[in-house]
This record gives sequence, C-alpha cells and structure tokens, in this order.
Amino acid sequence: MIKHLRSAADLDAATATLILDTAGEMAALAGREVKKLPTLRGRTVVNLFYEDSTRTRISFEAAAKRLSADVINFSAKGSSVSKGESLKDTALTLQAMGADAVVIRHPASGAPHRLAQWVDGSVVNAGDGTHEHPTQALLDAYTMRSRLGKLDGLNVAIVGDVLHSRVARSNLLLLTTLGASVTLVGPPTLIPLDVAAALSPSAKVSYDLDSVLPDMDVVMMLRVQTERMQDSYFPSAREYSRRYGLDLARMRKMPEHAIVMHPGPMNRGMEITPEVADSSRSTIVEQVANGVSARMAVLYLLLGGKA
Amino acid sequence: MAQPRADTPSKIILSASDLHRVVDRVAHQILEKTSGATGTVLLGIPTRGVPLAHRLAARIHAFEGIDVPVGSLDITLYRDDLRLHATRALGKTELPGGGIDGLRVILVDDVLFSGRTVRAALDALNDEGRPSSVQLAVLVDRGHRQLPIRADYVGKNIPTALSESVRVSLTETDGLDEVRLTGSEK
Amino acid sequence: MSSFVLRGVSVLGGAPTDLFIRDGVISSEAPDAEIIDAAGLVALPGLVDLHTHLREPGREDAETVETGSRAAALGGYTAVFAMANTSPVADTAGVVEQVWRLGREAGLVDVQPIGAVTVGLAGKQLAELGAMATSAAGVRIFSDDGFCVADPRLMRRALEYVKAFDGIIAQHAEEPRLTEGAQMHEGEVSTRLGLTGWPAVAEEAIIARDVLLAEHVGSRLHVCHVSTAGSVEVLRQAKARGVRVTAEVTPHHLLLTDELAASYDPVFKVNPPLRTASDVHALREALIEGVIDVVATDHAPHAVEDKECEWAYARPGMVGLETALPVVLSVLGERWELIADRMSRTPAKIAGLTGHGTDLAVGSPANLTLVDPSARRVVDPAELASRSRNTPYAGTTLPGRIVATFLRGVPTVLDGKAVK
Repeated sequence: MIKHLRSAADLDAATATLILDTAGEMAALAGREVKKLPTLRGRTVVNLFYEDSTRTRISFEAAAKRLSADVINFSAKGSSVSKGESLKDTALTLQAMGADAVVIRHPASGAPHRLAQWVDGSVVNAGDGTHEHPTQALLDAYTMRSRLGKLDGLNVAIVGDVLHSRVARSNLLLLTTLGASVTLVGPPTLIPLDVAAALSPSAKVSYDLDSVLPDMDVVMMLRVQTERMQDSYFPSAREYSRRYGLDLARMRKMPEHAIVMHPGPMNRGMEITPEVADSSRSTIVEQVANGVSARMAVLYLLLGGKA
Repeated sequence: MAQPRADTPSKIILSASDLHRVVDRVAHQILEKTSGATGTVLLGIPTRGVPLAHRLAARIHAFEGIDVPVGSLDITLYRDDLRLHATRALGKTELPGGGIDGLRVILVDDVLFSGRTVRAALDALNDEGRPSSVQLAVLVDRGHRQLPIRADYVGKNIPTALSESVRVSLTETDGLDEVRLTGSEK
Repeated sequence: MSSFVLRGVSVLGGAPTDLFIRDGVISSEAPDAEIIDAAGLVALPGLVDLHTHLREPGREDAETVETGSRAAALGGYTAVFAMANTSPVADTAGVVEQVWRLGREAGLVDVQPIGAVTVGLAGKQLAELGAMATSAAGVRIFSDDGFCVADPRLMRRALEYVKAFDGIIAQHAEEPRLTEGAQMHEGEVSTRLGLTGWPAVAEEAIIARDVLLAEHVGSRLHVCHVSTAGSVEVLRQAKARGVRVTAEVTPHHLLLTDELAASYDPVFKVNPPLRTASDVHALREALIEGVIDVVATDHAPHAVEDKECEWAYARPGMVGLETALPVVLSVLGERWELIADRMSRTPAKIAGLTGHGTDLAVGSPANLTLVDPSARRVVDPAELASRSRNTPYAGTTLPGRIVATFLRGVPTVLDGKAVK
C-alpha cells in the first residue's frame, strides 16, 4: 500500500480501484444506526489547514472520527502559523505529537510533498495551490461509478478554469488511470498549452462546449473565479457563462443518462444555472456524502495496516 | 489454489467427502439445537465462512425444506491486529433483508483458533443490530484459544501445534474441497 | 614577496613545464622559490565571474564579501563582479566603495562592484551612474539584476548614458508582466506541478527589444543568464548584424532541467528558471560557438529559512562559485582553451578589467588557478565555504578539483584549502 496521497498520480489502477471498492463498503456501513467503527482507535489524524475550507475539513474530520481516530484540527488562523511559524517547524511539532497522518490543505502547490519530507506519518493532500486535490477526484470517480456503473470507457468533459484547478488536474490523472476518456473544455486562456503532454496523452481539448456535450456521459463544471476577469482570461462573466456556462438548453444536448457534477462551491449563474444544479442529473449533493466514504477509504488504506 | 508447496510437509485432515459429511452433521445439529432453525439467520465471516453458511443453509433446506436467511459479516474494520499486517482489503457485509434484530444469529467461520476473529465479529454484530442470541458454527476447531470463546457447533476438532497451520479449501473459493494441516511439529 | 615554482604544470593542457611566479608576476626564473609539485595539474588564467551575489551589505546571514570571496578563490576565481541588489542597494558611490573596500580587506579575489542602473532597483529613475564610475570602485558594469529594466525609454537612456565612461548595461531579461507570480519554466512540468509558468518568451522579448535599442543608440549591451534556445537565436541574429551585444550563461543552465522541480525542493528554484533539455542543448552549442560569450555563476546564496519552505515562498537562486568550473568541465570536457576563454579572458575583456584574463606569459600578473582534472568530487553542501548551502548539486559527483589559486602571485588557495 502507498504511504502518502500527494497526487492522483500516486495511484495506479489497482490501488485506485481498491480505494473505490473500500469506499463502497464504507458507504454501506454509513447507512447503519451505529456509524462509528473502531478501526483507527489510538491513531491520530491532524487536519492542517492553511486555507479556509470548511467543507473539506469537515469531510475529513467526519471520516477520521467514524473510524475512531483522534482528530486534531490545526488551522492557520489564530495559531502559531499566523505568527509566522514555518511549515517545517509546524511539521516537527506534529511529528513530536505523534501524528499518524497529516491531512494538509495549503495555498502553495507542492506543500504536501515538502511536508512528507519532514514527518514520518502519512501525508494526505487535501488541496495544494493550483496543483492537486486527489481525494476530490476519488469521490468524483466514486460518484460516477455509482451512478453509471463503470468508469472504463466513460466520456468525461471537465469544463472551465483548468489552468488554475487542482480538481481538474487530479480528475484528469485519476480518470485516465481508470480508463475514462477526458475532454477539457474552456477558453484557450484557461487551458494550459501542453496539458495533454503534461498530464495525460489521451486527453482531448475543445474550446466549444456545445460540440462536445452530445458525446458525454459526465459533464463536470469547475468553479470559475470572477477575479480571473481582471487578469484578462476572459472579458466578462456574461460572456463566460454564454460560452461555457451550463444551462438547461445545453443540458438537453447531453445524452439522457449523462450526469452533471460540480466540486463546489458553485457560482450559480456563472458556470452553472440553478435549474441545472438542482436537477435530477446533478450529483452535487451526492458528491458531498460520497466525500466522507472516499476519505474513510483513504484513511483506512493508509493507516489501517502496518506502518 | 491452496495447494501446499511440494516441500511443505502436509496431510489431509478432511477429504472432500469427509467435508461434506461434516457439513451435513453440523446442519443436523443446528436443526436439532434450534428446534427447526426458526427465527435463525446464518452470517458467514469472509472469506470462507460465507460459502460455508450458504452450504449449511442449502443442507438445512434439503433436510427440512426450511429457508434460513444467509448473510455475510465482514470483521476487518473490527480486528485488533490491523497494525501487525499490511492493510487488508475489505470483505462484504450483507445482512439478510429481514435484518438481525430479535433473531438468533449463527456466525459461521472455517477455523476457530485464537478466538479473536469471533471477538471482532461480536463487536461488528453489536453495531449492526440486536440479535436475541448469537451462536457460533465452525468447520474446524484447532484449539489455542486466547479469549473465553467456544463454538456451539464444531465440524471437527483437530489438535494442532502452534507452528502448524490449518488450510481450508472450498470449491467456491479455492476450486476444491479439503482441509489440510501444514507445517511440521517441532 | 614569496616566489613559487609550479613544477611540471600543464598550461592550458599543454606539455608539462615549470611556471615561475615572482613579485606577483609570471617570471622566467624564481631563485629560492617554494616548489609546488604540479604534475598532472592544469594551469588556467584566474577565473573571472561577471555575476556574483555577495549579499553584503544587508544579508550577511546568507553571505559576506569575505565568505563569498573565499568561495570564489576555492572555485578558481581571481575576480568577481558583485551584483547591486544588496540592502541598501549599490546605487550610490558610497555603497559601491564600501563593497570594493570590503573586497580589498578580504584580499582573496578582486571584488568589482556592479552599480544599479536605477535608484533602489525600482526601474523609475537612473542612479548616479557617473559618480559610481568615477568612485574608487571604478564601476563599469551596471545592472538592476533581480529585476529587469523593463521601461524601454529608461533602458534606452541607460544604454546611451554609460557611453560617456565606457560603461555597459547588464540586463536581467524578464518582461515582468509576463512573469507575474511565476515559479518555474512554463511548460509540461509546470502544468503537471501546478506551478505558475515563467514563459521563455518573457526573456526573449526583452533581449530582442534590447538588442534593437543597443543597435539604435550604438551602445554595448550585456545579457545576464541567458536561459532559452529562443534567446540564443535572437543573439545569433543580432551578432550577425554587428550589434555590440555580449551574453552569459550560468553553469546550472548548462546542466540542469526543469524536471528537477518535481521534488518541489526549492533548492532548484532559480531565476531565470531551469529550462528544458533542448534549451540546455542550445545553450551548450551557443557557448561553444561563441554566440554566448561567457559563463557567469549567478552565485546566489540564501539563508536556510529562505529555502527550507514551500516552493512558492522560497527565494530563487543557487550558490555556484565553488562548483562552476567542475560543472563546465563536465559539460565541455577538458577543452582548456575554450574554458579559459569563456571563464577568464572574455569576461575580463567585457568588463574592461585589466590584469585578469591574461595569458600566463612572462611579465603577466600571476592570476591563475591550478586544476586537477582527474579528481572526482561528490558535492557536500556542508563543505562549502559559502555561508549558504543552497547548492543544487548535493550528492552529485563532478569532475575536477581546484588545487591552488594565486592572486597577483599570492596563493589564496593551496592543497584545495583557502589560505585565509
């Protein structure tokens, strides 16, 4: 078993499938009255969050607690971190506390890689800068597999700000590993020039959302930050949503079985209209529930055996 | 699968026909001890407890025409020795449609050894519901208990040394039916 | 003053001979001289580095003029040009004279200050270039290195103004609007790592502009740390047209590629960033061909806390003085004439530095270094004389060992150890 989950590239097809299968068992157990499992009793999981992300932190916290791990939340605000303590010094502190796993969310790409050089425990990347968010990709893949029955051969469009999206990077890597075919869609300014060569040679790129929709099993909309406008990535929110937003008319171009995903938080009216977000094809609420199961699976597989 | 390596001393404890006879006997004992297996659920512990539970149910049906519900109870997440081994993949937990509340649950496993698996199964069961009683059926009891646990139904008692291992093969999981004792007595 | 005989030395790879040093110059004889067994060693004119950061004044925790001078001597250098981005910035006669004096006091290499082009490196207003030129430090090279002189009108004025005292502008070619937030070379690796890209065109566009400006006003231009194949092409065309442009390349850009960023270890973070293998190839060819004139270290020491952190928060730069010659040897092989040219003669000529980069002929100042080309060394950061440890070569085996260095006939390094 792997020691850290820093990137979706840490997972080969067998390991990724094992995580998804395990997540399935975890989800089944979540239906019981007693949701708690004794599995990680005596183990310590630290949530080290340098960015505000209540939903991801709560998801990891719920996952760790359902497995009976001791959870320590260490957020940058109001801690030694905001007093200028370096990541390395924080790492040495966590090391001294005997953290078995550190779940890290950080605005700098690669921070989990650095952390893994300084602590003995497992490091789980909960989102680093514009790099990756592998547990989001796992819960997305899990959601697709539960809705559509498989991943191999699925056509998935990832739409929006691919350039700045850690969700897009992790999903592209993981979905390709699991046999799906990924098309990246967005304005050329927001799709890295050499994205296929860099991440997945089979990835396709399109600048025209309407033309790809009829072939898709999954359409994943990415959050687009309005401040990208000031940097001239696109002219206006209105033009963006006209060209790349998912509304009812566009959703009708998708095959009947196709689903709509969004990692959240959404900019309703920007990349997705409320009618689409709340439609029966949308998996947005399921994704949140599946997040806990996927993270339980990751924590179990990283910590549930011999260190 | 499950064939011992040629250089490992091993002997067959139960042949296929022995094994079938033993299962028949346990099925009869269950019927006898539970007054016809009413209000009873068989829960197999993966991996080999699950096909054994199905076999017992099939034999009970053959003898008395009674359908005993069968399910599986994975105990991996309740084990107390997780840290001693590489991470294990999870097995399936599937309770019968009627659940287990108020019913007699018979846990089914292939080998009873230290008793730790059964301890974990009792913990897991406790989180799944509240049966009226819990019994234990095993194909082989090899001794060396580390906990105060005993089986209600035992297919065969096999005295063993700690250095030996009991290897149960079932056609459903291993392609053949037999029980072997491997490893030398020292 | 003591005399030395370098017995059996090979001058620039030539047949073994005896080299006499007496009264600070190369001599035809040296009675009562100390004999140094130099069999198997190669003598090069003392190396000259056009691009060094000595950090003093301001960041003496990272390097001082003295520690940087010692690192330089151990690397085979007899002269280094100290960049102006100190604190305070070397943008006045006072600061450049201070650095120059500290160099004299250390006495290990000739420390030649580079003056800032603009006040505070802010790119708004010309610094007092003339005052620095006529100061005791005699500044001839001006650079805002660390920042680009991005304003084209200011760059034009600077190029013109320094003609009055035969100065030269050394440009850090980086279009700042194209590199906002940049962390590494823009390409496949940056896309994979999610680090903001530093596109090659940001360097090439400025070099293209500046050679046109230099041509227009008839001035000399020096381009710092050229890092891309595209820049080489721009320079090749400019030189063919007769533009008076010279260029330098760093040892690390001749050897390392952007793939190293995959560790997220900021010891590989540098500005301009490490580029691709095809850039490395083009830079090597250009150096051999002479399109790139010199190797300059861009020795950039940084304190531990500025490197032991997240990539994005780390300062860019690598120490390089003590590994420059071994890296160049590993890249070019034992082409001693070429090495002497690119690391000593030409840099001295570009800077107008007399007394350095001269052939080891009788009567010349005895500025030279002795190299054992057969030695191999595993780079250990703990052994560096620099106050900082940010070498990208930790654990790498490099060829060549600097055995001795002489500054005007006085040994600064003997037996591979600094004399003081």
